Amino acid sequence: MSEIEISDVAMRFRSRHGEVRALERISLTVPDGQFACIVGPSGCGKSTLLMVAAGLITPTEGEVLVNGKPTFEPGADRGMVFQSYSLYPWLSVRRNIEFGPEIKKVPAAERRETSSELIHLMKLDGFADAYPKVLSGGMKQRAAIARALAGDPEVLLMDEPFGALDAQTRQIMQELLTDIWQRYRKTVLFVTHDIEEAIFLGDVIYVMTHRPGRIRTTLAVDIPRPRTFETLSGPRFAELRNQVVGVIHEESLKAVESELARA
Amino acid sequence: MSRVPAARVATAPPVAHPRRRRGFIRTYLTPKQAIPGRARLVLAVGSFVVVVGVWWLLAVLVQNALFVPSPYQVVVTWWDMMVNLGFYNDVGWSAFRIVAGFVLAAAVAVPLGLLMGSFEAVRSFFNPPINAIRYMPASAFIPLLILLQGLGEDEKITIIWIGVFFQLVLMVMDIAHRVPDEMLNVAYTLGASRWTVFYKVFLPATFPEVVDALRITMGWAWTYLIVAELVAAEHGIGSFILIAERYLRADRIIAAIITIGVLGLITDALFAVAHRVAFPYVEKVRA
Repeated sequence: MSEIEISDVAMRFRSRHGEVRALERISLTVPDGQFACIVGPSGCGKSTLLMVAAGLITPTEGEVLVNGKPTFEPGADRGMVFQSYSLYPWLSVRRNIEFGPEIKKVPAAERRETSSELIHLMKLDGFADAYPKVLSGGMKQRAAIARALAGDPEVLLMDEPFGALDAQTRQIMQELLTDIWQRYRKTVLFVTHDIEEAIFLGDVIYVMTHRPGRIRTTLAVDIPRPRTFETLSGPRFAELRNQVVGVIHEESLKAVESELARA
Repeated sequence: MSRVPAARVATAPPVAHPRRRRGFIRTYLTPKQAIPGRARLVLAVGSFVVVVGVWWLLAVLVQNALFVPSPYQVVVTWWDMMVNLGFYNDVGWSAFRIVAGFVLAAAVAVPLGLLMGSFEAVRSFFNPPINAIRYMPASAFIPLLILLQGLGEDEKITIIWIGVFFQLVLMVMDIAHRVPDEMLNVAYTLGASRWTVFYKVFLPATFPEVVDALRITMGWAWTYLIVAELVAAEHGIGSFILIAERYLRADRIIAAIITIGVLGLITDALFAVAHRVAFPYVEKVRA
């Protein structure tokens, strides 16, 4: 069982203009094997929430529990994938993927087996010994995902992993990710501003509001799996999209109005 | 293109062929546009030819070998310096001082700079004084150091140390400071401890740029050394230049200066090769 619980998390910053409430009383639980997506307008604090979940930022209030145990520091139980790939340029693709196992002192033969499997699954065959500089953006992110999976985390945290990719590559990556998820059934918390991406990938979608960041709506995505390219043109997909678009549009309007009111 | 009868034009209008323009202006005067490789080589060699040519012309026009020797004379003088005046000895002394001062400066500056770049506490403590001293020219310390240390090797090495250390430490600090947070964060979420993140991610992430910084500061070290040797030294290229001036030997001065230039080029090339061999994974930003 691998479950992550975000419990009453609040995040406040002090700035020159007084206190900024970035996150307010956010609670959510991602049960074992669920793919949860957080969607929201830019600046709503969704990336901050993910950093809190990873243990990279300490929240002002609340806590993050993995399998019921509170966490205070980042650790191998919560693997993270960033938008900027952040592969280690001085390591080959294989050594990048083996970075987590290497830290955990996994024997070399076993490490190699893991990395070989992931290299194949992530369609990086032939690039095992290449340095990241020769990879395209999509390949870099596939390697970064492989690196996170090789660490065998309880929960996979993904912060707009496909945000820097072009639309075509992004679609391919989403399909690959659902396939991989179908295989490993990891518990995933996935942050994105792309509504269609969230619906395509997620079991459940949390829609976040603009400052203070709060969870405004929770939607279950009842589209059957395995999902494929055809899923995108289905009627249920369109319905869900309209629903989320409506909520987000309302929120964005509110944000603009509050900015106008402040001006 | 041959003319087509009007009747046929109506049924099949001729396709307009925009001529690809490859004029001189387009090729050579488009900002930031790459030029053909051969042109680059011709220009590089050409600049050298022009410099030597102008020099030679000047020597011919002035007709005073005492003050403006020709390039040929300088080459002859250089050979004479090496064979009869033991100039290689001076080169050896200078090289020894450079290497000693530079290595001692780098040995302190690189670790301290890395610590300053990664720990705010270390940075807050060391940054203000280092930043202030950086603006004090190393050459201004020479009289003081002569008072304190005398005219020996330690004085020369200290000058180089001062000139290199204060610049290098801040450059290394900046390099360390620029290591992306996410690189470190990824390692934490893979279970790395602080120490592991430091030596397995942070340090290797800084290495290529640190070597670049060493290469740049090495060039400055030459300047400080020659100044120190010009002021007071028994051996070394700087002292050789000073003696040549007393004997009105412009040819020897020029030969010595060119020697320094060539030595600088060689060290630079060695650093460049070492960089390429040690860091084959670095993405080339510029050609």
